[in-house]
Amino acid sequence: MSGVVIIGAGHAGSQLAVSLRAEGYAGAVTLIDASDVLPYHKPPLSKTFLKDPAALPQPLRAASAYDAAGVVRRKGSVTAIDTAAQRVTLDGESLPYGDLVLATGARNRMLPDLLGASNVLSLRDLADAERLRDALAMAHSITVIGGGFIGLESAAALAGMGKSVTVLEAAPRMLARVAAPETSARVEDTLAGLGVKLRLGWTTQNYRRDGDRVTAVLGTTDELSCDLILVGIGAVADTALAQAAGIACNMGILTDAHLQTSAPHVWAIGDVAETPHWQAGAALRVESVQNATDQARHLARILSGAALTPFRTVPWFWSDIGPLKLQIAGLAIGADRRVVRDDGARLAVFHLAGDRLMSVETLNNPADHMIARQVLDSGRTPPDAVMVEGAAAMKAWLAQG
Amino acid sequence: MPTITFVEPDGTRRDVSAHPGESLMAAATRANVAGIIAECGGSAMCATCHCYLVAGDLPEAEALEAETLEFVAQNVQASSRLTCQVTVTDAMAGTVLQVAPR
Ligand SMILES: Cc1cc2nc3c(=O)[nH]c(=O)nc-3n(C[C@H](O)[C@H](O)[C@H](O)COP(=O)(O)OP(=O)(O)OC[C@H]3O[C@@H](n4cnc5c(N)ncnc54)[C@H](O)[C@@H]3O)c2cc1C
Ligand code: FES
Repeated sequence: MSGVVIIGAGHAGSQLAVSLRAEGYAGAVTLIDASDVLPYHKPPLSKTFLKDPAALPQPLRAASAYDAAGVVRRKGSVTAIDTAAQRVTLDGESLPYGDLVLATGARNRMLPDLLGASNVLSLRDLADAERLRDALAMAHSITVIGGGFIGLESAAALAGMGKSVTVLEAAPRMLARVAAPETSARVEDTLAGLGVKLRLGWTTQNYRRDGDRVTAVLGTTDELSCDLILVGIGAVADTALAQAAGIACNMGILTDAHLQTSAPHVWAIGDVAETPHWQAGAALRVESVQNATDQARHLARILSGAALTPFRTVPWFWSDIGPLKLQIAGLAIGADRRVVRDDGARLAVFHLAGDRLMSVETLNNPADHMIARQVLDSGRTPPDAVMVEGAAAMKAWLAQG
Repeated sequence: MPTITFVEPDGTRRDVSAHPGESLMAAATRANVAGIIAECGGSAMCATCHCYLVAGDLPEAEALEAETLEFVAQNVQASSRLTCQVTVTDAMAGTVLQVAPR
């Protein structure tokens, strides 16, 4: 019995390693990561970390938590999987596994034109964040390409440090793919208030270069000079390792509802996994801390001998953009109408597919978010009037059963 | 460095020396206090750092913390705190917190 081998010690892999023991798993647990930094929280990297030159990564759990759970942490990159022999290749060494878990996360998309430029950075892991923080010492004018969560969080943080920040977004509004127009409008106003310049509907024609540096981004009508470019245009799952091993992949590593891949004894969790989603009725890759840790806990139960049950949790997500706390519960997939409560300081947007509540977005409004998670979990949909009235009304409605 | 006592779900008392300026949650995580999971890393999103104040004085909860607690599902009491939202000061020496059940 060679136990569970986990590739990737991010939010998913780290949680799985300790949850296995908590669920009573008795075999060996090996947690492999390319980096030997104690596994850490990724969200602060685009929020608080940049602002404080002395900030250290925030560990997910103490080193003693792995020791206490008998988890062996190993540094190295897995370069090959042999699913027939049940072995992985770790820096040239061959390791056997009883079950193998792929928790390798995602990597940032890059713009091919900007590859190799010395002042073009992106933000995914601690090394990226340290590189960016170091580069900020010499950079005043910063162009952020991409108006998604990581780009906007970083833009707000950088503006707070006194940098001159411009965000370029091709869509007509920020967060266009992930949030309602009401939310985008509030986020745009807040960023503008922080002094961030927003260029919506932006099309890049070309870049101006000086040696290995990019000194300006050229649009259709004007050009923006900059000291530093931060690219935040989304992430892709790295499926090369799984594909080479003959494991079925699409946008991510495909799993069934129990998180099992097409290969026996091989499972996938977290950002890399493309898993059937109960709300969407289709397979999806979800990039969030909650998805990573809840999938890890679910798989820990399965690998510890619990019955195979489908993974089903209400997804939740947050993003701190300067003073705004954006919270999302559920998935807005297939939604065709919105109910909005906007009382100035706070916002709640309810996305419905016909008469079924799919997701709730809130700004600076934790009460609505917390109750929305419970409402979505119940599978019931409150009348519009209850949603418009507020969190207390929803709580009372939920309690009525 | 003030010492804070966390009572774990099984009743074990853990004395943790906390650094002024960090959150109570960060101190508990560093010491691997059982039941403090801190999944959201201190964003007041997960309530897995929920404790009851047993002894000592802490500054009043701000709106974000109070609301999150009020609308979290289980086991909220008048003494409930999200430990990620409380910044440690020297004056907190001797504070006792009980990790809330989930
Ligand atoms: C800057 C930033 C901010 C974010 N903010 C939020 C937020 O506010 N809220 C939220 O919910 N989510 C946020 N996210 C998303 C969240 O961090 C991810 O969804 C989460 O990290 C996914 O966990 P994971 O374990 O699947 O992958 P990761 O945490 O990315 O871990 C994957 C690990 O696998 C390792 N690895 C990969 N391939 C190999 C290999 N071949 N051999 C060995 N090791 C390997 C990598 O080194 C890495 O450590 C943010 C992400 C980033 C980058
Ligand atoms: S750590 Fe998540 S609410 Fe405190």
